[in-house]
Amino acid sequence: MSAVVTQDDEVQELYRELILDHARSPRHFGKLERITHSAEGINPLCGDKLKLYLDVDEEETIRAAAFEGSGCAISVASASLMTDTVIGLNSSDAIDYFIAVTGHLAGTDSASRQATIDLGKLRALEGVREFPSRVKCATLAWHALRSALQHDSTPARTE
Amino acid sequence: MTHARKNAEARTSIAECRLDFPALDQDISGHPIAYLDTAASAQQPNVVIDTIAEYQRHDHANVHRGVHTLSHRATDAYEGARDRIRSFINAPSRSEIVFTSGTTESINLVAQSFGRPSLGSGDKILITHLEHHSNIVPWQLLAEQTGADLVVAPMNTQGEVVLEQLYELMTRDVRILAIAHVANALGTINPINEIIARAHELDIAVLVDGAQGVPHMAIDVQELDCDFYAFSGHKMFGPTGTGVLFGKESLLDAMPPYKGGGDMILEVSFTNTTFNELPYKFEAGTPNISGMIGLGAAVEYLESVGMERIARHEDELLTYMTERLSTIDELRLIGTAAQKASVQSFMLGDIHPHDLGTILDHQGVAIRTGHHCAMPVMDFYGVAGTARASLALYNNHDDIDQLVAALEKAREIFA
Repeated sequence: MSAVVTQDDEVQELYRELILDHARSPRHFGKLERITHSAEGINPLCGDKLKLYLDVDEEETIRAAAFEGSGCAISVASASLMTDTVIGLNSSDAIDYFIAVTGHLAGTDSASRQATIDLGKLRALEGVREFPSRVKCATLAWHALRSALQHDSTPARTE
Repeated sequence: MTHARKNAEARTSIAECRLDFPALDQDISGHPIAYLDTAASAQQPNVVIDTIAEYQRHDHANVHRGVHTLSHRATDAYEGARDRIRSFINAPSRSEIVFTSGTTESINLVAQSFGRPSLGSGDKILITHLEHHSNIVPWQLLAEQTGADLVVAPMNTQGEVVLEQLYELMTRDVRILAIAHVANALGTINPINEIIARAHELDIAVLVDGAQGVPHMAIDVQELDCDFYAFSGHKMFGPTGTGVLFGKESLLDAMPPYKGGGDMILEVSFTNTTFNELPYKFEAGTPNISGMIGLGAAVEYLESVGMERIARHEDELLTYMTERLSTIDELRLIGTAAQKASVQSFMLGDIHPHDLGTILDHQGVAIRTGHHCAMPVMDFYGVAGTARASLALYNNHDDIDQLVAALEKAREIFA
């Protein structure tokens, strides 16, 4: 039986319950006591702005992550899910997630090694693939993650 | 009788004008389109599209140059557009109608050509809090270049310029006042007649940013007595990349050229160049010929519908839209000035405008979301952006009903 996806379904897919939950009550919202890495993310199109803080130890493990800022439901939920995901990861594994998520959402991930990573609950973000103008909202926090880990001081942009 | 006139005169009611706009005859996401984003860019009527196509097919050549037939035809059509626009805004002379690429270029021209040679430290440039970026940034650049101060007149919570404070800021050291006719994010109509008269008492030159004024009301630059009036073609049903600067002849005459190149000269040698007469002194290089011809057709279309009729229609629609929006729970209107034109910004609960824009698009409703190129206005209201619905002659009650239904849908999703 072929599934008929209506326009309404697409919107429901974008704003599924997990996304709305993370947008309403973002996890890891705020600052950290110890900050070793930080970065800003700016999406000039919608005016989304966030600051990402990381606490990375000598073994390159992300001990804690938090973010502040304001944005649309998609960008806040994405930042919440991102911080949830990377806490406890080694920084190079976190970069692999960055590559996997941004590739998956942009639809360019088929050949990369990271494409095989199981994205788990991050798949909740994939509704944006039907909304090209919103992909940037979903990837903003991830670009900020990359900037922070690579000590890039210029604000991460999704452009 | 030209195309545009035939086209619109055949329409007995303004409601039928919608049929002149082919882009409005389509479905978006399975719903008929409700285009409520004219303040960003207006749709074009068939007559504009056809006039441009016919020119490209049969009459194209460079203007003001050749002696051959096509060059004559192109020049006649291009200069014919200038005459039409002159009469549309009741400018005294065609020398005062400078063709530009849009409002932004018109304002930059005045900043650089009128402002830069004459301003210095101790002088002031006065703007207001409700300007959009293209009536802020050119003046910031000018202030940096000349050492003049940029002064900003405040607004109140309804989104109106506080006139008493504006008048207090008008002092002898203010050289130019740059002010919107209609504020793009809020729809406020500024009382520019009175403001211009007050400014002139102190010899302050006044530039009116008319980007949102011209499409919605009859403009008479002689009655306004403004020194400069800037507007864009694409907000008045013409093509993008077209714009106009009206300037009083005495001022334009005294101003140096803005850009150098062909067409703006009389004679060039390596030691000296003499400049062409007005308005060509400000029109260097081959212009946007087809675009300006298209804008001429748009002006003729607007005249045939009638600016008074358009203003009445939009007023009625704005009242209806404001009433309907006010019935929605948790909807907050932003910009509630006593005098308003065809624009309403709003927030719905704590739904981010961008999320709202996506949901509305899926209900066929096109609105603008974001900062509307007016970040200081957004800062004033403490928001990153708003949703904005804007109206034009082709909108109707159905569009507004569709907007309201889509907003209710957004509330359901975010409930």
